[in-house]
Amino acid sequence: MKTLENQQLSQPKITRITPKEWLQQNLFSTWYNSLLTIVLLAGISWGIYGFFKWAIAVAEWEVIKVNLPLFMVGRYPKDQYWRIWLIVGIISSFAGLSWGVIGRKAATLFTIPVLIVLGIISAISLLIPGAVPFKLLLILMVGLVVGNGWIGKQLGNKITTLGRWLSFGWFIAFLLILWLMLGGLGIKSVSTNDWGGLMLTIFMAVVSIFLSFPLGVLLALGRQSTLPVIKIFSIAYIEIFRGLPLISILFMGQIMIPLFLPEGMRPDRVLRAILGLTLFSSAYLAENVRGGLQSVPRGQIEAAKALGLNTPLVLALIVLPQALKVAIPSIVGQFISLFQDTTLLAIVGLVELLGMSRSILAQPQFLGDYAEVYLFNGILFWIICYAMSLGSRQLEKKLNTGH
Amino acid sequence: MIRWKSILVTTLLMVLPLTACETPAPTPPANSQAPSSPAATTSRLETVKSRGKLICGVDGGIPGFSYVDQDGKYSGIDVDVCRAVAAALFNDPNAVEYRNLDSTERFTALSSGEVDMLARNTTWTISRDTSVGLEFAPTTFYDGQGMMVRADSGIKTLKDLQGKSVCVESGTTSELNLTDNLRKQAVEAETVTFQQAEPAYAAYAEGRCDGITSDKSQLVARRSNLPNPEEHILLEVTMSKEPLGPVTINNDSAWFDAVKWVTYALIEGEELGITQANVDEMKTSTDPTIKRFLGIEGDLGKGMGLSNDFAYNVIKQVGNYGEVYDRNLGEKSQFKLPRGQNDLWTNGGLLYSPPFR
Repeated sequence: MKTLENQQLSQPKITRITPKEWLQQNLFSTWYNSLLTIVLLAGISWGIYGFFKWAIAVAEWEVIKVNLPLFMVGRYPKDQYWRIWLIVGIISSFAGLSWGVIGRKAATLFTIPVLIVLGIISAISLLIPGAVPFKLLLILMVGLVVGNGWIGKQLGNKITTLGRWLSFGWFIAFLLILWLMLGGLGIKSVSTNDWGGLMLTIFMAVVSIFLSFPLGVLLALGRQSTLPVIKIFSIAYIEIFRGLPLISILFMGQIMIPLFLPEGMRPDRVLRAILGLTLFSSAYLAENVRGGLQSVPRGQIEAAKALGLNTPLVLALIVLPQALKVAIPSIVGQFISLFQDTTLLAIVGLVELLGMSRSILAQPQFLGDYAEVYLFNGILFWIICYAMSLGSRQLEKKLNTGH
Repeated sequence: MIRWKSILVTTLLMVLPLTACETPAPTPPANSQAPSSPAATTSRLETVKSRGKLICGVDGGIPGFSYVDQDGKYSGIDVDVCRAVAAALFNDPNAVEYRNLDSTERFTALSSGEVDMLARNTTWTISRDTSVGLEFAPTTFYDGQGMMVRADSGIKTLKDLQGKSVCVESGTTSELNLTDNLRKQAVEAETVTFQQAEPAYAAYAEGRCDGITSDKSQLVARRSNLPNPEEHILLEVTMSKEPLGPVTINNDSAWFDAVKWVTYALIEGEELGITQANVDEMKTSTDPTIKRFLGIEGDLGKGMGLSNDFAYNVIKQVGNYGEVYDRNLGEKSQFKLPRGQNDLWTNGGLLYSPPFR
């Protein structure tokens, strides 16, 4: 603290400006700037006014309210919704736990921005239309995140190796979730054909992301390899898949596969979709990671080799950690676009969020409610994509140790 | 750094459970050849029966034809055809897996065997029947291009459109048919084209055009969504023929016959006056036609690889054609579309089933 104060003393005096001065400096500095400000403000407020007038007076939100379960989980059997809640509960608990363990060194988990976000989520949970048990369950999920965050922090400080077990824990959780979604082994099995809505979108995106990441890294390394076979294979793979439009890969997977494979040997449709997305996005990821690899100075590798590390260790300990750190923004960008690309599956007949919306829009009583439904879709997508980019920024901050 | 390793191991392990997603093989590989190969000896009928459920290609987004209702159930007239086939095969109308198909990929999906049949608003045309290699089961909905105008505009026929304007979606057959029909009648009307359906109907609603043209079923569906539906009427004019019905793949007569006669059973059921409600009573009927139809007498079902009471199951589970029509497009729906051409031949419509004997 002391050094900080000293530094401030030595720096030029910071002049605090009043809001009025700020306005004068930034918006009304000259006559034409003032004019621009006024015109733009008028335009923006007119647009916002129009939007709210529409949203409150004209729009019929009934379509969202009535079909909320369809948007969320598609045609998943109603009497099995408890499984979905259990899945959300598991994810919330693990998210909380991981958050606590990762942030165990921080003074407090519940900083003001976090509290604000939690408050907003709770408020939304209470405000959205729905039955009381539904709202209570949502609040319970927020509670699970907070509670497990606290537990994770306490545990993380006691058992310092806990962080290493987190990814293993997530893997177990994934198996559990898969079992809950698919059924079998004692609970009613649900065909993937009945999966749909946001659940299917997120499932496909998450699994594809986790599969394409290692594949992409391997391909990037392969492309840099000195072994000709691996190098040529990697280059061919990357260039072929980057040259194909995603929709054609998905189309092949969904519609054409039966031409080659007989009935009974065809993989599940959701699996085919995941494979298509993974193959496609790993090619792009490989290029993103390659960009990162090239940013690692040659000297680092030589130094590592001089220390007697073999190639796998050089990669795992020296090159990849630095390369991936550099590549985070573009990798996350790729993940976000992968998430949005899942909507293409609506065209080839999987009823993820967008496909479901199309069917809902054909319900006779809600014909023509396009704006409401697509706005709702847009908001859901924005929330998830923004959360992803927020998460990546946090990760960057945490990893920003060098330079 | 162990973190990285464990993440890698974790993700690799994740592949394992996914392979468990694969559907278990319900049929031995020997009798499950791709149906598109000319050497296929096993009919799709057998494949479907041994699978235990029907895979039906639908659009999934056409009001009254196929959509998902608020309970998450597929509904619509196209969907009911799928349900009828499933009822005939398995006595369970819910043994259907629906695939939402785009209009561009529907035929590929059918010929690759991804779906067993299409019930997806498909117009029966000569090129599709011959060069595309499809088989068209009996038409379940006779659509045709119509014209919607305001009731107070005084327009009664196409001739009255002289000097008026008509909204139409550009690049569609509707646009071509409209120009053809106007030329034929020597009517000079302005056509206002739109790239998409939405703005076209919005423009019509705002009074930008005096009339709007599209398929009649579409016009009726859209009309129910206009601010004052009763202020708009459909002209008594049909500018094109659009017979819509279920479709199967060429070179598989056994399967095609099953779909065809299930569709006919819906129509014949209505003609014989058998409804969902009275089908059990009808079983005791003395009328030999009804007895044969319901499978009390004769071997009509066995002859094509179904159970003899397949028609009974269809009517019992799904209803006859009239009931299907009424609840999806007719009186009991919000569209209130008159039967018109889609009535029985005995009532002046086009629906006619060959005899069940």
